[in-house]
Amino acid sequence: MSAVIEENHHDDHHHGPAKGIMRWVYTTNHKDIGTLYLWLSFAMFLLGGAFALVIRAELFQPGLQIVEPEFFNQLITLHGLIMVFGAVMPAFVGLANWLVPMMIGAPDMALPRMNNYSFWILPFAFAMLSSTLFMEGGAPNFGWTFYAPLSTDFGPPSTTYFIFAVHLMGISSIMGSINIIVTILNLRAPGMTLMQMPLFVWTWLITAYLLIAVMPVLAGVVTMMLMDIHFGTAFFNAGGGGDPVLFQHIFWFFGHPEVYIMILPAFGVVSAIIPTFARKRLFGYSSMVYATASIAFLSFIVWAHHMFTVNMPLAGMLYFMYATMLIAIPTGVKVFNWVATMWQGSMTFETPMLFAIAFVVLFTIGGLSGLMLAIAPADFQYHDTYFVVAHFHYVLVPGSVFSIMAAVYYWLPKWTGNMYDETLGKTHFWLSFVGINILFFPQHFVGLAGMPRRIPDYALQFADYNMVSTVGAFLFGFSQIFFLFIVIKTIRGGKKATSRVWEGAHGLEWTIPSPAPYHTFTTPPKDLTEAHG
Amino acid sequence: MSEATNEAYETYYVPSDSKLPIMASIGIFLTVFGIGNVLNDMTAGAEHSIGGWILMVGGLLMGTTMFIWFSTVIKENHAKMYSQQMNRSFVWGMGWFIFSEVMFFAAFFGALFYVRVFGIDWIAGLGNRGPADVVYFENFVPAWPLLNTPNPELFPGADKPMGWFGLPLVNTILLVSSSVTLTIAHHGIKEGNRKKLITWLGITVALAVAFLVCQVLEYQEAYSHLGLTLNAGIYGTTFFLLTGFHGAHVTLGTFMLAVMLGRAIKGHFSDDDCFGFEAAAWYWHFVDVVWIILFFVVYVFGS
Repeated sequence: MSAVIEENHHDDHHHGPAKGIMRWVYTTNHKDIGTLYLWLSFAMFLLGGAFALVIRAELFQPGLQIVEPEFFNQLITLHGLIMVFGAVMPAFVGLANWLVPMMIGAPDMALPRMNNYSFWILPFAFAMLSSTLFMEGGAPNFGWTFYAPLSTDFGPPSTTYFIFAVHLMGISSIMGSINIIVTILNLRAPGMTLMQMPLFVWTWLITAYLLIAVMPVLAGVVTMMLMDIHFGTAFFNAGGGGDPVLFQHIFWFFGHPEVYIMILPAFGVVSAIIPTFARKRLFGYSSMVYATASIAFLSFIVWAHHMFTVNMPLAGMLYFMYATMLIAIPTGVKVFNWVATMWQGSMTFETPMLFAIAFVVLFTIGGLSGLMLAIAPADFQYHDTYFVVAHFHYVLVPGSVFSIMAAVYYWLPKWTGNMYDETLGKTHFWLSFVGINILFFPQHFVGLAGMPRRIPDYALQFADYNMVSTVGAFLFGFSQIFFLFIVIKTIRGGKKATSRVWEGAHGLEWTIPSPAPYHTFTTPPKDLTEAHG
Repeated sequence: MSEATNEAYETYYVPSDSKLPIMASIGIFLTVFGIGNVLNDMTAGAEHSIGGWILMVGGLLMGTTMFIWFSTVIKENHAKMYSQQMNRSFVWGMGWFIFSEVMFFAAFFGALFYVRVFGIDWIAGLGNRGPADVVYFENFVPAWPLLNTPNPELFPGADKPMGWFGLPLVNTILLVSSSVTLTIAHHGIKEGNRKKLITWLGITVALAVAFLVCQVLEYQEAYSHLGLTLNAGIYGTTFFLLTGFHGAHVTLGTFMLAVMLGRAIKGHFSDDDCFGFEAAAWYWHFVDVVWIILFFVVYVFGS
């Protein structure tokens, strides 16, 4: 063993990447691991997207065309789980891996081996989750929220593997978050105060805190399911004195912070991109920090707005309604600040900026429909309709996913050393932007008119809008193959990027060459004037 | 910024490529896949399951990898490859890990709170409920501990609750004492008194093992004399899951302390380099605090 340590000691900091495929398996480098996360995320995005396209194809016309209802249920379950846990979350963790050390002047993540462990658990977890499709009894069929007793008394045998897949994802998230928090708190370049950190770092610090707080609760609730299924306990069975509603309370205590876990890093990305292309400092930096913290705090005390229709005391409904509406205030602060940053800026509209502006507009639409859903009496009408589907897809797709794409275009020149093709990038943006709105906007209308979610068939009056929606889905879906092409093309070559890349960019990551060397800031930077944009 | 103040930042150790994480990933995957196999075969009533073998291979791989991983960290530390800053990373990391454990227990305590304060009343149609007023179990009388369940055919209910006097009280005394003896052992390190460290840490491990033995006896008592089982409705459910997960954490904590005892005997730890010991001690105190809450909530005010 000591020989290995000696070896480690000598080539510490001096080695480049190892050769061959094993580089990616054994790596402890934050950039390699960030790349792995991003590719896993993209693969899962295509897989979850393929499920979504089958769903939309089935819904193209009323009646049952393509899949059996039982399989349809499995598809919506896996689509949700894979997009949430496989596409959006790993993408943000990948961005954090790539960017946080470079933004705070750290040599790597604080615990590099654990970083590799956090990543490599995930492919196994998703392989196990996806393999449930081929198991006897089929894949989990109860929706990504896996409400008991659908998931306990009535779930297929593969539910057990689903539970353990969730455990693995949770372990990965908790270790990843501990790593990010420790990196931010302990590895900032000397002299960098918390209030000098780029907003992306701030949002990830708070997101990581949320993850450590709620992923164990998710682990707890799936463990209770496991016990109910296999050991005859009565957590979610009223016959034994338990309560199925208890499941929903615990699940949403995790689930609501979870939706902010998927949006706070997006806020950080947008807060980096808009100042660059408006060529102004971010308006209201400290209010952005406090707004992020407020949203995180509020996320813990609003969970039952997901369950207004399960029958809770009136006082409870009123409380959860008003508390939920409070979230609009810090969120409004953020939107105001982004707009104020653009105000009188000398703006240009490169691809990342287009995605960022689309984020601000479309995320706000999703936020406003969220406010409508927060009104308890109105929610009795909207609950479990396509209006809810439209709402959370507006915050997650043109919200989180657009911000991830914006981030990829924005930092890809720094990662690869090559500029992407601006014309292709803009084409990808407009295809996505048009596709996503055709896809999800009509779902508001069918939802308000009463079309329930999670059904393979629907009443005839919803046919037109569903057809439009499906056309949009295929346009958006296939545009992402184009995105893959653009990214691969950029990796293989293109106009060389300068170290600054963007004229208006600020931050330590722009002070190092493009592509970023394998090891950066092995000694911390002394000059922090560039530190915050 | 002078060179001296920067020194801690100049030497952050980034380990080179490592085979350990991928081994641990395969290990943990095989472990949970094996457990899943065993459980599904058990519930389906299969005669034998290959899951046990998968679990064994996974567990061995996981255990071996963790052993090598921790040994590597200890050896790197002894080789003075870690700066003060690096050590702070471990300290923060352990702190946040314990926070995640707190939240895990919070889910189970939260479930108990919900059931006792709202759930059982609502099932019986009592209390301040929402507008939908359906009563599914007409003859059900809510009480805690819940011995008569709404559906006794499926969930027979316990005959008697587990009182706090007797084994649970003994266990409380054992665990609280063990926290005290552990602190004395810590003082041993700080004073450079290895004999004191080994003696008191040994006593702590003995108290921990005694706790686990008592818990096994308590479970036997519950199953054979009180009719208190996992299947006894929500009282048995919360009783066994809360005490059971606590017991699992005590087992892990005992293992950690035993490793620290072994390391102490080998001559590890000095007053300025003993975070391995301190991390295990933090964990132990955390487990102790959970027990004290448990003792009051589950036993004293729960039976």
